[in-house]
Amino acid sequence: MKVERSVRVEDKLFCNRYLVDAGRPHIKVRAHTKPSPQLLALLKACPARCYDLNDKEQVEVTVDGCMECGTCRVIGEPTGDIEWGYPRGGYGVLFKFG
Amino acid sequence: MIEERFDAIVVGAGMAGNAAALTMAKKGMKVLQLERGEYAGSKNVQGAILYADMLEKLIPEFREDAPLERHLVEQRFWIMDNRSHVGLHYRSEDFNEERANRYTIIRAQFDRWFSSKVREAGATVLCETTVTDLAQDAYGRVIGVRTDRQDGEIHADVVVLAEGVSGLLGTRARLRERPKPNKVALAVKEMHFLPRETIEARFNLNGDEGVVIEAAGTISGGMTGMGFIYANKECISLGIGCLVADFQRTGRTPYELLDRFKRHPSVAPLIEGSEVKEYAAHLIPEGGYKAIPQLYGDGWVVVGDAAQLNNAIHREGSNLAMTSGRIAAEAIFQAKSRRLAMTKENLALYKRMLDRSFVLKDMKKYKDMPRLMHTNSQNFFLTYPQLISKAMQTYLRVDGTPKTEKQKSTLKSFVNARSWIGLFGDAFRFARAWR
Ligand SMILES: Cc1cc2nc3c(=O)[nH]c(=O)nc-3n(C[C@H](O)[C@H](O)[C@H](O)COP(=O)(O)OP(=O)(O)OC[C@H]3O[C@@H](n4cnc5c(N)ncnc54)[C@H](O)[C@@H]3O)c2cc1C
Ligand code: SF4
Repeated sequence: MKVERSVRVEDKLFCNRYLVDAGRPHIKVRAHTKPSPQLLALLKACPARCYDLNDKEQVEVTVDGCMECGTCRVIGEPTGDIEWGYPRGGYGVLFKFG
Repeated sequence: MIEERFDAIVVGAGMAGNAAALTMAKKGMKVLQLERGEYAGSKNVQGAILYADMLEKLIPEFREDAPLERHLVEQRFWIMDNRSHVGLHYRSEDFNEERANRYTIIRAQFDRWFSSKVREAGATVLCETTVTDLAQDAYGRVIGVRTDRQDGEIHADVVVLAEGVSGLLGTRARLRERPKPNKVALAVKEMHFLPRETIEARFNLNGDEGVVIEAAGTISGGMTGMGFIYANKECISLGIGCLVADFQRTGRTPYELLDRFKRHPSVAPLIEGSEVKEYAAHLIPEGGYKAIPQLYGDGWVVVGDAAQLNNAIHREGSNLAMTSGRIAAEAIFQAKSRRLAMTKENLALYKRMLDRSFVLKDMKKYKDMPRLMHTNSQNFFLTYPQLISKAMQTYLRVDGTPKTEKQKSTLKSFVNARSWIGLFGDAFRFARAWR
């Protein structure tokens, strides 16, 4: 599974403002041994590239750069692959322009 | 726990929620509005074109102090292939009017202003508060909400769900389905800053005049989607959105698509040398009329994007949100002033009023469009743009080929690509869906 690296999403996210709710991620990936096609799709579909593979080839999520768009919810929640919610009030991405 | 009881609780301080809260507060109702962002607008993303008429119905004098960017004097539609675009541009001096019809705005700033009007009208607005659940009684009637702020519930006669496209509360309470990958588009967007004069020179503008560009074609790589470029005072909003199902199917990444759009030879010169100050992403409801859920029930109504009230063909959403919010509020007020309970039966008035408005009439007009676009995305977003571009080039290049031959070869390229049956079929289906 090769994820598009030509565009550095990290640089894009760098200009955004976030208030990270440390230790309280609002999205969780269900424990799995082999990722489902839906989970694998998130590696590419997430516009903030929050999803990545760990060294055991399992899908992990790091929500720090999440823009709360809901794409992963639409793809991954119906299959039970992820649990999706909003950050606590006031936390998360803070758009200056939107 | 907030001990007070409210006439209405509005979830969300976006376009729909603000319209609803403002309308009810102005009529003297006791309104609580809850917003999860630090301030209204801090979670919201839009292109953004503001349609004045729908806002004027809520705040007639909005032009005096609303944060507006530019009034639009020109609209461009671009059909793009990888190296060219064929454009339809409409520009009119008539749009330089005192009460302009359309403006560009910056949503985070606009929502903040809109929210200040809601407060002035007397509503209680609580930001930094995520509503986690709807409170329901034993009969399933909605009686209030639960938030992440204080334990306990806040009660009201009616809850207005203005929670936007993801609509977590309504789906958790099984009032409607969660959005499906083929019914929502993911849009990514950047804010490009440039000196004012540079923007005005590049877009051919005087003073506060504005231009917007809507673009479709090979930029979406065969997926159902569109790009946009909107001129603001000192920045340019630029973005592209495609169906989530298409991203899932193709494995293309949203940021790569956005970057390709930015590098397109027709787009790159417009943003050259700019400083990007924000990268945002948001879903857009694209399911159309057939995706509209049940709009009311015992103790609740749903408005705006949460109700899929979004006209993807005309790129209108915020105005449908504002209008549905206002109409829901008016229906609630009518029920209240007649001392009727907020039951499903009585709240059906909202739907009847919405049926009579442009909101559901427009949605209904294009009821077959989403399916047509989604099932024919390769043709509409790849094949035709390429053919049209080639036809234009053949037509414009002067190379000694007789015109009749040029026309023949152009026609042949269309027939080869789509066959006569395909061409007629596409034209027929398109005309029928547009009708
Ligand atoms: C890229 C893009 C470009 C667009 N361009 C245009 C355009 O040019 N013109 C146009 O008219 N429309 C446009 N739209 C559509 C328009 O943005 C939407 O139709 C409109 O914002 C819908 O308003 P809303 O109030 O229903 O939802 P939103 O504006 O999304 O507001 C929902 C609000 O609810 C809050 N909320 C959600 N859940 C909770 C909760 N549980 N607790 C507390 N608060 C909550 C959110 O934080 C948010 O403030 C565009 C959309 C996108 C994404
Ligand atoms: S909500 Fe959007 S940005 Fe956040 S993890 Fe999911 S897909 Fe990525």
